[in-house]
Amino acid sequence: MAGLVPAIHAFLAREKTWMPGTSVQPGRPKAEPGWPGMKAAKPSQAARTRPMPLSLYLNVAVGGVLTGLVYGLMALGLSVIFGVVRVVNFAHGEMMTIAMYIAVTLFAAFHLDPLLMLVPIAAVMFAFGYLLQAGMINAFITRPEHSQFLLLISVAIIIGNTLLILFGPDAQNVQVAYAFDSYAIGPLIIDATKLYAGIVAVVVAAALFAFFRYTTLGTAIRACADNYTGAQVVGLDVKRLYALTFGLGSACVGAAGTILLLLFDVTPAAGASYTLLAFVIVITGGLGSMPGALLGGVLIGLTEAMAGLLFTPSAKTMFAFALLVVVLLFRPQGIMGKRAA
Amino acid sequence: MIGRLIEGVPRRGLVLLALVLALLVVAPLFAGDYLLTVLILVLYFAYVGQAWNVMMGFAGQLSLGHALYVGLGAYTAAALYVHFGIGPWIGLLAAAPIAGLAGAFIGFLAFRFQVAGVYFAILTIAFDQFALVGFEHFTWTGASAGLFLPVKQYAHNDLWHLRGHPAMFYYVLLVATVLAYLFSRALLQSRIGYFWLAIREDEEAARASGIDTFRYKMLAVVISAAMTSFAGVIYAFYYNNLFPAQVFGIEHSIQIILAPIVGGIGTLFGPILGTVVIEAIAEGTRSLMGWVGFDVPGTKQLTLGMILLFIIIAAPHGVWPWLSARLRLTGKPK
Amino acid sequence: MSALLAVDNVSKRFRGLVAVDRVSFEVPEGSIFAAIGPNGAGKTTLFNLIAGVFAPDAGGIAFAGERIEGLKPDHICRRGIGRTFQIVRPFPALSVEDNVIVGALLHCRHLGAARDYAHDVLRRLDLYDKRLHPAAALTLPDRKRLEVARALATDPKLLLLDEVMAGLRPTETDRIVAILKELNRERGLTILLIEHVMRAVMALAGQVLVLHHGAKIAEGAPEEVVRDPAVIDSYLGAEAIE
Repeated sequence: MAGLVPAIHAFLAREKTWMPGTSVQPGRPKAEPGWPGMKAAKPSQAARTRPMPLSLYLNVAVGGVLTGLVYGLMALGLSVIFGVVRVVNFAHGEMMTIAMYIAVTLFAAFHLDPLLMLVPIAAVMFAFGYLLQAGMINAFITRPEHSQFLLLISVAIIIGNTLLILFGPDAQNVQVAYAFDSYAIGPLIIDATKLYAGIVAVVVAAALFAFFRYTTLGTAIRACADNYTGAQVVGLDVKRLYALTFGLGSACVGAAGTILLLLFDVTPAAGASYTLLAFVIVITGGLGSMPGALLGGVLIGLTEAMAGLLFTPSAKTMFAFALLVVVLLFRPQGIMGKRAA
Repeated sequence: MIGRLIEGVPRRGLVLLALVLALLVVAPLFAGDYLLTVLILVLYFAYVGQAWNVMMGFAGQLSLGHALYVGLGAYTAAALYVHFGIGPWIGLLAAAPIAGLAGAFIGFLAFRFQVAGVYFAILTIAFDQFALVGFEHFTWTGASAGLFLPVKQYAHNDLWHLRGHPAMFYYVLLVATVLAYLFSRALLQSRIGYFWLAIREDEEAARASGIDTFRYKMLAVVISAAMTSFAGVIYAFYYNNLFPAQVFGIEHSIQIILAPIVGGIGTLFGPILGTVVIEAIAEGTRSLMGWVGFDVPGTKQLTLGMILLFIIIAAPHGVWPWLSARLRLTGKPK
Repeated sequence: MSALLAVDNVSKRFRGLVAVDRVSFEVPEGSIFAAIGPNGAGKTTLFNLIAGVFAPDAGGIAFAGERIEGLKPDHICRRGIGRTFQIVRPFPALSVEDNVIVGALLHCRHLGAARDYAHDVLRRLDLYDKRLHPAAALTLPDRKRLEVARALATDPKLLLLDEVMAGLRPTETDRIVAILKELNRERGLTILLIEHVMRAVMALAGQVLVLHHGAKIAEGAPEEVVRDPAVIDSYLGAEAIE
């Protein structure tokens, strides 16, 4: 009796979405599942039987910060989109998984390092985001909020399941040549993958900042964010700018995904958890604040790593959400956000 | 009282309703095992959709973490049964207040601190996830390994303990859905209902008209949560096993909202019609895929996603308003 | 006539901008009182202070002898002050009738009684025939009357009208003026209105208050106020008197 019920169960059982991410251990193979993956590894035997040395804490913290920078980049895309277009992009994580799967496929076919694929993949995601906004979302700007959510939720469902059909439910990853390398800097031992990931994330974020700060287009977009009607009155083609912004946010998340692939596996189900993670970060750091998104990302990356080390790994999700609730109640504009207009 | 409830409904609407109801009552006699399971699922989501609709459709508060209340209801009743042998109907007396309290807590935090719209929705998700992780570590209810109810062969139907043939669950849910509908309708036509609609439409204008919006929003949340917990109790006793990831998962919350949205938020028949549409499509897709031989996991959900997209774009107010206009059943309450 | 509303030295600033600057006045019970002045003079802020949207930084507001400053809008409404909004805010998905019933439910526990009361109000405001139309489908003049009807349904002692004549043709203005006069005369309803349409002010008001840059610059009977040089300079211009 292949019924609906077992089918739904099976579908739900696949979504182990709220399990802990990786607990950072120097030199560990990257095949560890990430935030959306399965149960994380427990702290090493040595760590359990002796008091843990300071260097271990430091390593874990640094690893957390570096990972957090990539999370921050992902959240940056969301922040840009929400800050300007004011649409809650529930398909954010799913878009990131698209990028991740593209990278996986290209790696499998051509052995191209994800970091090298960054720009092309980001460009593809830009186009995707642009078309999505121009083609569908722009029509929904004036509709009530729940309509917008639903539009994006359905897009998320479509993306997630298309990926499931194309790639199957199993985790996929890339094994780059330097996957097991690490650098020793003083007392620290840093994974090469994490180091590169963090650096590239910062570079991409800096490029985005520069764009918004120093180019005319960037200024125009910021104007739209501040004052929709005013921007129109002044002659800005707001719809086109929205599409551009969504494209940029998508490119951002595409870059983040490509980078993240160095650290974590990808599954079709991962999208939903990344979306939520992005929201937690953006709200904590401050909606509409770009430095805030990075700061939030680092904060979350750090808590994730430290909680994984100090408590049971799954508790860190609770920390992230507890933080979110506190922020929503007491400082809804986030740590670095401006008060809502 | 019956008169007041059917006031304003055109004749053809009543006839149609009676027909559908009659069909539903005799369905288990003709439906095979599989179809019965599907129908049970339809009624489950129809019921929960109505409960969710009270918060969203009536009072305008978007809850994306409604699985929280299902979970609380399910786990409370199940744990009481497993550990103390307390039957589900008594268990409900504990489950509903617990769920209601959770709703009140969330509502209090949200409304006192002016958390609204997107932020409120995210807050509900946060609490839902919080409960998920919490229950995964809560050993008294089985933690992540799950809570299992003892199942005896159903030689006879035990309504008091909700042990028995699926048809029993079917009828329980059918009665519940009908009662939920009547209850929702009564609420909507009452003073509370008017205030809710006013709050939904324009909260500030509602305040200027003398409505204590905090109090009525809280009422909506608590009622919705308590109603939903009943579905949780049924869920627990029907499936006989509970896993935090499934019960509290965000996928469950999304499934809960799909039906009322597809059917029509804020309408009384919306959630019911929505479930029917969704299940019909889901089953149709499954059959089609089976017939074509393309049985890849994810196709059904993909089709659902596309249908959802289509409905959101083409019929944003849901299928029910469109349908009732076509069948000229208007005159029914909004 | 005693003062129904007493505003005493009320001030409100928004981050450096003084919106209302030590304004004091009294509205006698049963009168019609108008507040006029150029845009940005602080009239709507004053209304919002009275209606409880925000609390004054200084000063007090007393209604029927009791202090009300700082109370929330729904409390204020329950005390007996009804208000309309400058940009009308009907409940769009509800029918005209239902909009007014919401107001009536404040004091009618039963839906039936509320409906009857609402119908009475609608008849007075000439909206009875349109009672089943959705509010979103009404024309602007009708929406303005609906706004008044809804506020009236809460059975207020004092009605705050914020630029209710704005955007109306003279015939429509006259219509509303007539209705307001009738309400004032028959039910003793006290009315405080913000207006730019001098035609309405002259026809309705017993007392006029003139605000400029948040401060009171004149107060008195309409004929005197419109001849006041300060008022003419700041607001009216020489040809405004009709």
